[in-house]
Amino acid sequence: MKELRYTPLNLGRWLLWGGYALILLAAPLVFSKGGGLTLLSQMGTVMIFGLSYNMLLGQGGMLSFGHAVYSGLGAFFAIHAMNMAGAGQLPIPTSLIPLVGGVAGLGFGLLFGYVTTRKAGTTFAMITLGLVELVFASSLMFPGFFGGEGGVTTNRVIGGAVLGITYGPQIQVYYLIAFWLFVCTAAVYAYTQTPLGRIINAVRDNPERVEFIGYDTQWVRYLVVILSSFFAGIAGGLSAINFEIVSAENVSAIRSGSILLFTFIGGIGFFFGPLLGAVVGILFSVLLSDYTPAWQLYLGLFFVLLVRYAPGGMGSLIMLLLRAARFGHLGRVGKPLGWVCLAVLPGLFGFVAGVEMLYHLTLEAANGSVKQLFGMAVDTRSALPWTLAGGLLLASIVAWRKAQPVFADAWGASCAEIAVQTRSAR
Amino acid sequence: MKALELVDVRKSFGKSEIIRGANLGIEQGERCAVIGPNGAGKSTLFNLISGRFPLSSGEIRLNGQRISGLKPYQINRLGLSRSFQISNLFVNLSVYENLRCAVLWSLGYKYSFWHRLARLRDAHERAEQVLEEIGLQRQRHVAAGVLTYAEQRALEIGITIAGGADVILLDEPTAGMSRSESDAAVELIRKVTVGKTLVMVEHDMSVVFGLADKIAVLVYGEVIACDTPDRIRGNAAVQAAYLGGHEEAA
Repeated sequence: MKELRYTPLNLGRWLLWGGYALILLAAPLVFSKGGGLTLLSQMGTVMIFGLSYNMLLGQGGMLSFGHAVYSGLGAFFAIHAMNMAGAGQLPIPTSLIPLVGGVAGLGFGLLFGYVTTRKAGTTFAMITLGLVELVFASSLMFPGFFGGEGGVTTNRVIGGAVLGITYGPQIQVYYLIAFWLFVCTAAVYAYTQTPLGRIINAVRDNPERVEFIGYDTQWVRYLVVILSSFFAGIAGGLSAINFEIVSAENVSAIRSGSILLFTFIGGIGFFFGPLLGAVVGILFSVLLSDYTPAWQLYLGLFFVLLVRYAPGGMGSLIMLLLRAARFGHLGRVGKPLGWVCLAVLPGLFGFVAGVEMLYHLTLEAANGSVKQLFGMAVDTRSALPWTLAGGLLLASIVAWRKAQPVFADAWGASCAEIAVQTRSAR
Repeated sequence: MKALELVDVRKSFGKSEIIRGANLGIEQGERCAVIGPNGAGKSTLFNLISGRFPLSSGEIRLNGQRISGLKPYQINRLGLSRSFQISNLFVNLSVYENLRCAVLWSLGYKYSFWHRLARLRDAHERAEQVLEEIGLQRQRHVAAGVLTYAEQRALEIGITIAGGADVILLDEPTAGMSRSESDAAVELIRKVTVGKTLVMVEHDMSVVFGLADKIAVLVYGEVIACDTPDRIRGNAAVQAAYLGGHEEAA
């Protein structure tokens, strides 16, 4: 009986991890155009950073505003190691540079974590915020190590080619990142299945009770911060290789805040949440920022909408839809959902058009009032485009009011039915 | 040697002294119920014994060893475990995970991040055993936060005993239960505390007289009597202070 139950489970696990490896391998073949490779490389490093961050936030309930301290300092140590290796003072290949970052991150985790984890909750959050400001300030005070305003640069091509790999071409860097990403994902996942990984969940849910089952919660948090900073340091080391430059921005509160944002968008309640969040976050901050100066507004709005309507992040949306599909409700939920999306679409166009025209008027008015929008030349000073944008928005609101209640009913009914079915299965 | 001993324990919050020189000795294997009117300091006494609050003065000994001044987790490691009046669970974890967390320290896994939970046979078996004892096998995968009230109370007791502590403190284990639920809870408590020392705060007199070998009466922060149920019933001071109003009910 037991064998029968466990075999398909293991098969599923192999499929999942195999599929993950395949995606990592095949991604650069699919997204080979333009900056695709650069994007993928950045996503990879941010994914590791996000996984590390979620060890604190999602799994441990520790809201940190200063996680970039560990990735950033890891990146600085990595880039100095690369420069020393390049000068022949340190015999270390580029492939292992992320490990230098990881060890540096771990070291600072040992040091700073001891201070930050004395308290939990708001106090922890405030101390991490103070810490990141402290490190950021000292990055400008010690230009010898941090490189001052310009940062520290390097050349990732160290010595001759090993098996034809020099890390000159971006594709080789991508595969290095993909390799470390896979290893880190597996390691972080394995950690979640250990006594410490489970007890930190208990500390998140109810720190007081943990003290009464024999655990020192402070020590649990401290250990988790140390482990988490190791992975953050690896992410930092990889970003040092990827960009060949590390500056004060790497240890800033802004960097720390963005990983909080990305991880939350992906969904802190799910192991894969940070992976999703990194993809979306990089699409917004790297890809979208090429097209529009308003990308931060869009990212902020997206974040607010998500927090308001799907606090579990995109991960929860996917899991809810998958659950509906498993119970065979996708048809009856999917159709009204499609209508809702269709209803929102014109409004989205109208809204984006309005925002873009506004940005153009305020920021680029010196270049004339004509702006390229959705492939059309639009005069932002004439009434027509504004009326059109407003009309689209209005139409959307009307359509939303019709479509949304239908979807809400269908969704509510589906959820209620699933709840009944799972309860009777109990 | 007594399992648990309180010597002139005092506790003040600001200027008001809540526990005023409580003395209590509980033999090993004894089941002792602490009763007393509202505000007598029963829960405070538990919080002092389990290390949740520090003492103002006095001493508490567990199996002869001084535990006052220690942290809750240190006291727990010495073999004392407590439950809470208001269920205090790991709400997002499943019932099974709640119990498995509660056994990890006592089995010596401590802060390990090199063992795989799924491979820990002893932790699994112990969690399963407790799961069966508290009768929640069918709810094993349900998150603790969505259990019914009585189920949460059962899990509360399960977490308390899972680590195998030999001195168990239960804070109002049957509070808010219906008659049949509380009868079931009494049976459960009797079953899981065999061979252990039990101290419980309880308001329900039928539970107290049904379960306890000894009753300690706490009034205004002092233990005014500690004796067998029969003698407590006949104790004039206790009747005057407390039991009188409950005589007909019991």
